[in-house]
Amino acid sequence: MNVAVLQFPGSNCDQDALHLFASGLKVPARYVWHKDTGLGSADLVVVPGGFSYGDYLRCGAIARFSPVMRAVRDFASAGGLVLGICNGFQILCEAGLLPGALIRNSSLEYRCLTCELAVEPSTPSFGPATLGPTIRMPIGHGEGNYRIDPEGLARLRANRQVLLRYASNPNGSLDDIAGIRNETGNVFGMMPHPDRAFERFHPSQDGLAVARAVLATRFPEVLKRAG
Amino acid sequence: MKITVFVTPKKNVLDPQGAAVGHALESLGFPGLKGARIGKLIELDVEGPDSPELRARLDQVCRDLLSNPVIEDFRCEIGR
Repeated sequence: MNVAVLQFPGSNCDQDALHLFASGLKVPARYVWHKDTGLGSADLVVVPGGFSYGDYLRCGAIARFSPVMRAVRDFASAGGLVLGICNGFQILCEAGLLPGALIRNSSLEYRCLTCELAVEPSTPSFGPATLGPTIRMPIGHGEGNYRIDPEGLARLRANRQVLLRYASNPNGSLDDIAGIRNETGNVFGMMPHPDRAFERFHPSQDGLAVARAVLATRFPEVLKRAG
Repeated sequence: MKITVFVTPKKNVLDPQGAAVGHALESLGFPGLKGARIGKLIELDVEGPDSPELRARLDQVCRDLLSNPVIEDFRCEIGR
């Protein structure tokens, strides 16, 4: 198994994301620079958090046109697993790999706190059965206010595409949405940071189970290994 | 040739910045204020003449890059 962590100019959670998989889950992980046109033999692509291209124009708008994103699009359309965290979630929405968009928090404040999240029954590996009914993970963002049109929201609900909901909405997000997946179930995006929730000194260790649940979508043995 | 692209939040999309500026205008006693919306203005300096091809390309980049159709509308003014 092999995890590719993308690096854009302005990514700042790339090392945390690599550490989550390499040290937390003991899965080989490596960086892929945004100018690379290929991903190598990756089993999971992680689009990490940060401020790619300084959040210029819109969060994730410029990163979407990086050379590596063409490879990510091909990888995802062939069924490859993709996880976007925070700015990575924004990039995947801008790239059209996930529906909807993330706008300025309704408070206009940058929100940095540990959130309680309700786990939604979304896939066999990602739901309360594997993660428990609620988990805690930190957020740190100014633009996490999820928006989608009513038809899109109805589709998300009908297809069980919502992964996580905020117990106490920190950003004005529609329907308390904190994370979603695409319809086919191979592209995941979330504002909370599993990469800031696995070490003993982190505010929670639930990020490990989240990372495991994403990997287990294609590699169920990951769950068995965890016991 | 100067092209000006105006990007605005869609009417039915929440605009927290516009709402905050609206509140500030209210507190300044601005008369008759019914709403404030905040968007972006992008100026492009382009060589060559106006043409249907240019307009088609412009429309495309406005949809793909300069605006996000999920949350924003755009309109262009093409000057001399």
